[in-house]
Amino acid sequence: MAGALAGLLAVASAWATTAVMGQTNYLGASTTFVRAAGLLERTVAPERVADNEYFSKEKVRVDWQFMLVIGIFFGALAASLTDKSFKLETVPPTWRERFGASVGKRALGAFVGGIVAMIAARLADGCPSGNGLSGLMQLSVGGLVALMCFFGAGVVVARLVYGARSHE
Amino acid sequence: MSSLVLGLATGFVFGFLLQKGRVLRFEKQVGAMLLRDMTILKFMMSAILVGMVGIGLLSDLGVIQLSHKPMNVGGVVIGGLLFGAGWAVMGYCPGTAVGAVGEGRWHALFAVLGMMVGAALFAAVFPWLRNTVLAWKDYGKIGLPELLGVSHWVIISIFWAGTIGLFVWFEKRKL
Repeated sequence: MAGALAGLLAVASAWATTAVMGQTNYLGASTTFVRAAGLLERTVAPERVADNEYFSKEKVRVDWQFMLVIGIFFGALAASLTDKSFKLETVPPTWRERFGASVGKRALGAFVGGIVAMIAARLADGCPSGNGLSGLMQLSVGGLVALMCFFGAGVVVARLVYGARSHE
Repeated sequence: MSSLVLGLATGFVFGFLLQKGRVLRFEKQVGAMLLRDMTILKFMMSAILVGMVGIGLLSDLGVIQLSHKPMNVGGVVIGGLLFGAGWAVMGYCPGTAVGAVGEGRWHALFAVLGMMVGAALFAAVFPWLRNTVLAWKDYGKIGLPELLGVSHWVIISIFWAGTIGLFVWFEKRKL
């Protein structure tokens, strides 16, 4: 149900961005990480960012999608407070079963996984939101192939990392 | 300026729906990859089914423009497979990691930091990638209707039928 509403939101958003910005923008998240990284890197090495071809291509600035990602944070916070599902979680159960309760290990896993996933998302030109949701909605060939690769590799690697043991 | 406000408002609703759909959970994300719990797949497919009809209509009416993702073989296949690996370990995708921090799952903050580092590394090696992996074969920004030479409504109908079949199967197996 929430999924269907997210579909309506995606359509409304495509329409609203066309009306307001003169160009249709689709939901996505991963380019924002490029811009955020560029904004941070610029504070220590401004020339490096200015000279970088990729940062120049994606334009390091706070834009519509950047605000969208910030909005996701606040929307999730608000939703979790309305039904008391907000919970400070340090190590999720499936991770704990496999790697123990160590916060350091979980932090390292999340960090390294994040590095790999973001390099990959930029290679594929989109994450599950941009390539999966927005790409498939428009019947993009790239979106379909990307989503199949995401899940295919995810299934294999998750099995290797967390084990095949099923539990309820 | 108004585009920033629009982005924030859209993101707020998106984050709200992702949270209510229980999509932001590590357990749900990894659960889907372990083929135990199809919550996120059901969420995604429902959004896509509704979205493809709306997007199809609006683009027929000429109200919006399509913006296809490029089908660059090296980028999409290698990037896609690598992404799956990172996703499994991280337990979140980029958008849901940010949302997960919002609902208190603060270990996702390390995922967000990792992704920023990943983005900076990608930018650093981009010139090399552009001349190698990204230069293999690029079919450009193509859609299924052009590729198959049929109306987008035919493909949308097939997607609907296939997905409903899949959902029925999930329900039977209580996934």
